Amino acid sequence: MELVSPTDYAKEWVLAVQHYSVLAARSLGNLFRKPFYMADTFQQADIIGVGSLPIVILTGFFTGAVLALQTSDTLQQFGSLSLTGQLVSFSMVRELGPVLTGLMVAGRNASGMASELGSMKVTEQIDAMRALGTDPTKKLVTPRVVASVVMLFFLSIISDLLGILGGFMVSYLLLGLDANQYWHSAYDKLEYKDVEMGLVKPLLFGYVIATIGCYYGLSAKGGTQGVGRATTQAVVAASVLILVVDFFITRFLMVIS
Amino acid sequence: MSTAIQNSLSPPPVKTAEPVIVFENVSIDFEDNHVLEDVSFKLARGETKILFGVAGSGKSTILKMALGLVKPDNGRITVLGEEVTSLREQDLFDLRRRVGIVFQESALFDSLTVEENVAYRLLEEEHMPPGEVRPRVVEALRFVELENTLPLFPAELSGGMRRRVAIARAIITQPEVLLYDSPTGGLDPITSTRIIELIVKQRDVYQTSALMVTHRLQDAFTMAAHYFDSRSNQMLPITKDAPRDVHTTFLILREAKVIFDGTAGELAASEDEYIREYIA
Repeated sequence: MELVSPTDYAKEWVLAVQHYSVLAARSLGNLFRKPFYMADTFQQADIIGVGSLPIVILTGFFTGAVLALQTSDTLQQFGSLSLTGQLVSFSMVRELGPVLTGLMVAGRNASGMASELGSMKVTEQIDAMRALGTDPTKKLVTPRVVASVVMLFFLSIISDLLGILGGFMVSYLLLGLDANQYWHSAYDKLEYKDVEMGLVKPLLFGYVIATIGCYYGLSAKGGTQGVGRATTQAVVAASVLILVVDFFITRFLMVIS
Repeated sequence: MSTAIQNSLSPPPVKTAEPVIVFENVSIDFEDNHVLEDVSFKLARGETKILFGVAGSGKSTILKMALGLVKPDNGRITVLGEEVTSLREQDLFDLRRRVGIVFQESALFDSLTVEENVAYRLLEEEHMPPGEVRPRVVEALRFVELENTLPLFPAELSGGMRRRVAIARAIITQPEVLLYDSPTGGLDPITSTRIIELIVKQRDVYQTSALMVTHRLQDAFTMAAHYFDSRSNQMLPITKDAPRDVHTTFLILREAKVIFDGTAGELAASEDEYIREYIA
């Protein structure tokens, strides 16, 4: 295996960050420049949103359920089992709903985008598109970014609701909590800032997923092996970046509120 | 070299008109490899220039640079009066709409049908109503004799058919310049001749300027030695009795440099050892 010098590695890394930043910025800039590919955007919304619905429902439901289960022991020790609803809703809405939905969609769609665009890249279809006078960032990237941002927003809400429902099922059926008590605690203690945090995060995560997936796809080289590599890198990078962004945005929103 | 080629080449191509493509001292490196070094040539309006060279000699890179898909490290490239090397990516799209390209592996969009592939430019750029698109697509596909493949996907076509669909896609808007990247590469001799006939037809019927990359000498010589007869709708050999100027020239690359740029007659008369060996 050939060793890469640290300087070359650093240069490559800086160049990759530069290319990613340019692509990410152009994907937003295209929103203000014609043409707009509405049909492509709706198609992507269907693939990302409707296509991810089953995994988001399952993930959300069982996360809420296991959260209620895991915390019940601790809460019981303090005689606060009645707070289960509050704990589940608080955790789901502020953190777990958006993050787990983001990670699920990243696994499913960042890889899908990277492999689709990567295949197009290595078979010269991206060059053909450019040669035919179409800007691939407008036709391929921006619709995916818009669809990801919008759909992740709604998917997170669905995940939150299903998580709270999962927590309720465990609390009601296994822990013997009163249904009204659970829902009252889950709903009443939620504040505007909690909901705001839960709704801002998916917007950023959707943007990260789509731009990372498209970036790795459009950077793919080296045939089918290169496409496979791009797909793996896209999922890893998108997942890690979601967690990093999550930390900073959480801190930021906590400071401003 | 056949005598038919010699017959075709009496008058050299007219180069007085404003060139459609100009390369001036163009150089490009890929990861420490000098792919092209100080490459300069001109493509006149109506001229077809055939690019030769061994694999990896930068032939396809020249086509990609002409479209601004790849930027040179040094030098200047002008296409249809626009300086490609100084234009931003966004500004290149208008120019690219005036140029057609047939990629080495066809590069058809595999998720679109043949009809959608060929209609791509009309739908994307000209926003033509669907009712007007169909006849244009059928006309372009008829040119390549594939008008019955409209609903098929590229994966359902043979390699030769894909290449012909790619030609139909490139010519549908009748661009001023056509770029062919190894249009016969990997095809059997009969299919190759069919593709060359289509290229000759486009050259002689529509007088389109073209740059064609190939490593098949026989294709280039067929082009130089034949013309397309519209009356009989077939490619015919140029005879000594009726010489014709088919405006076809040759450019040979070797070790990143242009070692020959001229007519088939000049190529045949070349004393360069490498060239003589190459065309032998």
